[in-house]
Amino acid sequence: MSEPRFIVVGGGLAGLMTTIKLCEAGHRVDLFSVTPVKRSHSVCAQGGINGAVNIKGENDSPELHFVDSVKGGDFLANQPLVKGMCYAAPGIIYLLDRMGVTFNRTPEGNLDFRRFGGTLFSRTAFAGATTGQQMLYALDEQVRRYEAEGLVRKFEYSEYLGSIRDAEGVCRGIVALDLRTMAVQAFRGDGTFLATGGPGMLFGRTTNSVVNTGSAAAAAYIQGAKYANGEFIQVHPTAIPGEDKLRLISESVRGEGGRCWVPRKKGDARPPREIPDADRLYFFEEKYPRYGNLVPRDIASREIHDLCVNKGLGVDGKLVVYLDVTHIPAETLDRKLGGVLEIYEKFVGDDPREVPMRIAPAVHYSMGGLWIDYEAGTDGFPKVGSPRNHQTNIPGLFAVGECDYEYHGGNRLGANSLLSCVYAGILGGPAGASYAKGLKGLSADLPSGIFDEAERHWRERFERIRKMSGKENPYILARDLGETMNANATIVRENKTLKETDDRILEMMKRWRDINTLDTAGWGNMPVPFVNQLWNMMELARVVVLGALHRDESRGSHYKPEKPQRDDANWLKTTITTWSKDGPQFTYDKVDTSLISPVARKYD
Amino acid sequence: MSKMVELRILRQEGPNAPKRWETFTVAFRPRMNVITCLQDIQKNPVTKDGKTTTPVAWDCNCLEEVCGACTMLINGRPRQSCSALLEQLDQPIELKPLTKFPLVRDLVVDRQRMFDALIRVRAWVPIDGTHDLGPGPRLNPSVQGRAYEFSRCMTCGCCMEACPQYGAGRAFIGPAPMTQVELHSMHPASAMHQEARLHAIMGPGGLGDCGNAQNCVQVCPKEIPITDAIGDLGRQLTQQFAKDFFGK
Ligand SMILES: Cc1cc2nc3c(=O)[nH]c(=O)nc-3n(C[C@H](O)[C@H](O)[C@H](O)COP(=O)(O)OP(=O)(O)OC[C@H]3O[C@@H](n4cnc5c(N)ncnc54)[C@H](O)[C@@H]3O)c2cc1C
Repeated sequence: MSEPRFIVVGGGLAGLMTTIKLCEAGHRVDLFSVTPVKRSHSVCAQGGINGAVNIKGENDSPELHFVDSVKGGDFLANQPLVKGMCYAAPGIIYLLDRMGVTFNRTPEGNLDFRRFGGTLFSRTAFAGATTGQQMLYALDEQVRRYEAEGLVRKFEYSEYLGSIRDAEGVCRGIVALDLRTMAVQAFRGDGTFLATGGPGMLFGRTTNSVVNTGSAAAAAYIQGAKYANGEFIQVHPTAIPGEDKLRLISESVRGEGGRCWVPRKKGDARPPREIPDADRLYFFEEKYPRYGNLVPRDIASREIHDLCVNKGLGVDGKLVVYLDVTHIPAETLDRKLGGVLEIYEKFVGDDPREVPMRIAPAVHYSMGGLWIDYEAGTDGFPKVGSPRNHQTNIPGLFAVGECDYEYHGGNRLGANSLLSCVYAGILGGPAGASYAKGLKGLSADLPSGIFDEAERHWRERFERIRKMSGKENPYILARDLGETMNANATIVRENKTLKETDDRILEMMKRWRDINTLDTAGWGNMPVPFVNQLWNMMELARVVVLGALHRDESRGSHYKPEKPQRDDANWLKTTITTWSKDGPQFTYDKVDTSLISPVARKYD
Repeated sequence: MSKMVELRILRQEGPNAPKRWETFTVAFRPRMNVITCLQDIQKNPVTKDGKTTTPVAWDCNCLEEVCGACTMLINGRPRQSCSALLEQLDQPIELKPLTKFPLVRDLVVDRQRMFDALIRVRAWVPIDGTHDLGPGPRLNPSVQGRAYEFSRCMTCGCCMEACPQYGAGRAFIGPAPMTQVELHSMHPASAMHQEARLHAIMGPGGLGDCGNAQNCVQVCPKEIPITDAIGDLGRQLTQQFAKDFFGK
């Protein structure tokens, strides 16, 4: 009898934690990633990870964390998973500490915590301002330990193209593309995890890393996996405008006391330091006295948009406001926010300790993602070890991390994603193991037919792409997609524009067929995989745009001036999108709100 | 006419293919970095003298100098191309791949050797398990602060490129893995296993191969005190030698 084998695609926090859980149970894992896993997008996370450890004596508790998260998500999240995550959070932070994450300390040597958005408690543990990098490195080290023991085989510079399904529709493995040799190869697996992160690149320039195309999740969707709540895209209020990327200025900057303001007088051209306090509009603090600068991101971004676009109060008349930390002692800034301020200094050239930063909203995170199942007990907690947890509707295919749709409802609270990624691994790993135990036959024992067939399919597709010699430049097409999405499907969404945007995506899909792939080399060819990804991105862009068009209400990050209110009677439901030849099909599922009843969401 | 930027790029289609220089011009925009230029070339892969070519291959991911992927030689200096702002560079800007690692294509190299070295030095905390064992040890904030300096190493390869002792055909594992050995001596649980790490950096390829040129610390984009780590590890090794010699 052979042992089950597992495939984990993606080596960010979620993929690595899943791998660790599987290896700890003695299983073997093949780990695939387009970048070396240590360079995954999770390194970008700056601000921290939430957990109600209550170090500051504020009477914080996991239950309060749960309430804040559900409310922050505007009641669209299935509550048992959120509850499980919040109660597991203190233990997760302790575990990371034991793994060597260099979390900041209090004078007594305890873990230090800071404020973040959407809560009144100091609940966010942090390692300077590079928390994601530190966490990823700790998990990377643990995986390397298993690699040294022979349990993990890494396939880096290897891209997931699609799943291999048997006659019953069960996922039996994947097809991957070696990004150096360009070889297309099938791999057998008994449980396959997608941990491929978010789809930021649909929006062109964002706070995300360049590999975050969402292409892997889109490929699963095209193959029949359901995609959920795709229209919920988080726009972060504070990023630095840039030519290649909109670099994030973490919410932790406001958590440590940073204040947003604009000049009260339209067109006030004085340099910011010469504008006295009385002439400054601290807009968050005036409108939201309780939460101030730490209102949740959806609200903060809308506020900035309204202030700059509708009221014309933006700095220099642009969609730009000041984020000011000049009143905070430089020593505190260096110790707690060094990494973020360094980014501002390096990329803008001004020292934020001296001059208020100029920042603007930017696409940041996708609450939506692959639909996954879970099993909850009568106590309201998810059942650890249930094979249903994190499994997509394709048997044997699981999704963990930003590429799944759970935990954050209609809007994610800051510092809850690092948490949900690790928790997803903790829940997902054991789910995969129980699933494989229940399998009648292992994929290693199957005849080679479905694997050969899958390889043939993808080889042919790549051969066709390599030979495309039309007139469209793929990178220009991607830029056009990003600009269209960014302009029309972010902070404010109008039905008419959404409809036009979908038409434009359909046009771009036609343009795609006339692409010139620019490079025919059979070694290290970058355009060929990109052209394939670009198709998937357009398929996913339609899910976002049409999901937004259909959802006729405003909830969390999804805001329609035509329907500015949340409409629980008609829309307290999960959007489910299924791929079809005629375009995305929409159905809706009930949300599990059995633990906390929806109430109006207020932060003033 | 708008200001133009000129780039000379060393190209090579694969490890055994011939090298060639290509020159490109792209339109200048304020706050542009080298990555933006390479992206512009993707959108119009035509050289300065009008020859259609392939887009340049290079590695990148985060674009904010935390992933380490986009390291290359820019005007001769190893650094990340995302944080290489044009306003601060002499023109024509010369881009070459790192020379101490096997070439993949154009500006892409294979830094696997660096990750292998992390296995050799056992750079991990051997935790008892992921189950709930309560809070970790308390830690002096100043120790955390010191550890943090080393934990920001992004395996980018700048220090390896600059090190005269490191390179193809040489055994030296290079400066970067040393910083991780130093890092793990500061974590209370990991420090219990420092002996195994010290043994891993004794002998051929180990710390003794460092020639003390101190180039590493000058090119580290994260200003990691690499030479402090090397100095401290020297002391740790001396003690370990004594222990090994007298202890048996
Ligand atoms: C700038 C920034 C700051 C942030 N700060 C915070 C914060 O302070 N706190 C917080 O909680 N959250 C934060 N977030 C959000 C958080 O960082 C991400 O949601 C999280 O890291 C996602 O992790 P992941 O494991 O799901 O995926 P990722 O880390 O994105 O990893 C995806 C992996 O999948 C691989 N991959 C992708 N496609 C393929 C494919 N086709 N084939 C093979 N491999 C593939 C990639 O190589 C990578 O290894 C921040 C996000 C950004 C952009």
